[in-house]
Amino acid sequence: MSASLQKGIKAFREVMDAPIASFFSSCVHCGICSEACLFFTETREPKYTPIHKLEPLRRLWRQEYTLFGRLGRMLGLSKPVSDDELEQWSTLVYDSCTLCGRCSLACPVGNDITYMVRKMREGMAASGHAPEGVIGATKRTVALGSPMGVKLGALQAQIRAQEAETGLTIPIDVQGADYMAILSSMEIINFPEYLGSLARIFHKAGVSWTLSSEAFEATNSGIQIGVSDIAREIVQRVVDAAEKLGVKYVISPECGHAFTAIRWEGPNLIGRSYKFQVIHILELLDQLRSEGRLKTRGKESKPLTFHDPCQIVRRGGVVAQPRRLLGEVASDFRDMKDHGTINWCCGGGGGVSANDRAEELRLKAFKRKKSQLDEVGVHTMVTACANCRIVLEEGLEHYNMNINVVGLTELVADHLEE
Amino acid sequence: MTFMDLLLWARGPALVGAVAIFVFGMVLRLFEIYSLGRKPDLAPPRSGGPGSGWRTLWARSIPSKPFFKVSMLTYIAGYTFHLGFFVVLLLLAPHIMLIRSVTGLHWPNLPTPLIDLVAVITLLALIVTLVNRIMDPVKRFLSGVGDYVAWTVTFLPLLTGYMSYHHLLLDYTLMLAIHIMSVELLLIVFPFTKLTHMMSLFISRWFNGDWFARRGVAS
Repeated sequence: MSASLQKGIKAFREVMDAPIASFFSSCVHCGICSEACLFFTETREPKYTPIHKLEPLRRLWRQEYTLFGRLGRMLGLSKPVSDDELEQWSTLVYDSCTLCGRCSLACPVGNDITYMVRKMREGMAASGHAPEGVIGATKRTVALGSPMGVKLGALQAQIRAQEAETGLTIPIDVQGADYMAILSSMEIINFPEYLGSLARIFHKAGVSWTLSSEAFEATNSGIQIGVSDIAREIVQRVVDAAEKLGVKYVISPECGHAFTAIRWEGPNLIGRSYKFQVIHILELLDQLRSEGRLKTRGKESKPLTFHDPCQIVRRGGVVAQPRRLLGEVASDFRDMKDHGTINWCCGGGGGVSANDRAEELRLKAFKRKKSQLDEVGVHTMVTACANCRIVLEEGLEHYNMNINVVGLTELVADHLEE
Repeated sequence: MTFMDLLLWARGPALVGAVAIFVFGMVLRLFEIYSLGRKPDLAPPRSGGPGSGWRTLWARSIPSKPFFKVSMLTYIAGYTFHLGFFVVLLLLAPHIMLIRSVTGLHWPNLPTPLIDLVAVITLLALIVTLVNRIMDPVKRFLSGVGDYVAWTVTFLPLLTGYMSYHHLLLDYTLMLAIHIMSVELLLIVFPFTKLTHMMSLFISRWFNGDWFARRGVAS
């Protein structure tokens, strides 16, 4: 057994827990999870059935954690997990799963398949079977502080541009502010108007906030690739900066995995709870709205829909807030048929959009979103995740669809009462 | 050995042995699951949400519409044979008598002709699931020997029970002995195949519901 395979198997053993054992014990091979997964529905290839993506992990569990499996292995009835097999599974675990969590809602015996794919990636990465694109993003996050290689200078340039645009000061490193905002690289590079929107909304609502020059990056590719050590380091940077500034809250931006990383996995990664609370920007905006501090004027009259980012909605519990906010700024809001916690993924979450070899499959999977959009028939789609936004824009362009994608925070800022 | 001897053996020592293996196996499986433990979740959970482990434990028995619509055959055939199996097992007069003789517990039975009809429907539903497993590309792809073993040991008690009630093919005493032995086969195989899901699905659903509930989502 190669040293890297050994590391991978060790990581598999480390993630094995009672939920995983109960899930594997319960699977009856009914195949219902296949119809919940956009990589299956858009290709009809059985190998994309969610539970099948876990087959090497399941075999290891059976061989090492069940009496019958152990007997079978001793008698040579089942072969051990091999490097070749993991290499073969790499595309299933990374390219055809966005960790969207839809299968976990569909499974009749209650298997949280997504939970297991996330865990399985730990062993895949440790054994050297993670895709190049995601490895690159992760390396850049460790070395430079961001998956896209965005450095402080780039942020400062965007801050200056947004300050000029809004005529407001964007606070940085303000000791004792109530809220510390973090951003995803994509927002800094592609959608800097998010930053300007925050400045405008917080100015109007009288929110005391700041950015940190030491930790502004929210994206956590350690979570996506499945390397907890790196994920921990990235979370720790934010925690250290927030606790140093003494803020009460950290605002997770319009980025799905950033929210999962800092809100849900973070405390478990660093092994303690924070001295601050984490709030998603949509939760904060909705709270400001209900307190009467966020006053809007005028409504979009054109019909528009909302794409639910999986990690914020299904895996993050922010479901009603975006709809309440849209109710304030849009007069013709139309939900897609499967929306909210049973939404369909954009196809690029969970590191898939950073994974070059998955591009063709991702565009194929986008047909699911395309048919949803064709059905609802609008020309504006609002969302709350910069990664979804990029993936959606690419998909729309690929299929020549005339639909404009807008960030929700930006849309709210555009309707602020003067 | 006469047919009667076989019947006496089947409903005596063989039954005791099969039940013992079943109980041992299921306790072992429980141990195999829970002994792995679960790390405490340090992220502060959302409170007051609609979800919980207990909710998902029963709620997952009712498929939600979008998932039902795309897998209708699987759901309908699956429900039919599960319900049918338990109706025949628990509401047929001789079965209740057996349970009463062993445990002292008893309850009203359904009329035997009705049970007979349920048994036929259950057998048909099981055949549908088997044909579907072989024909459907996803199910065929996922299936291994264990899936067909599990199907066979579930099908046999129903088939032999039906045949002994209707005095088909073999001598009644022999058929009854075979029926009881097929149940014993089911009991012995049960903890070591996917049939374990009868117990473990409640554990899975609880974990699933608990995970989602912490995030404020009802699963």
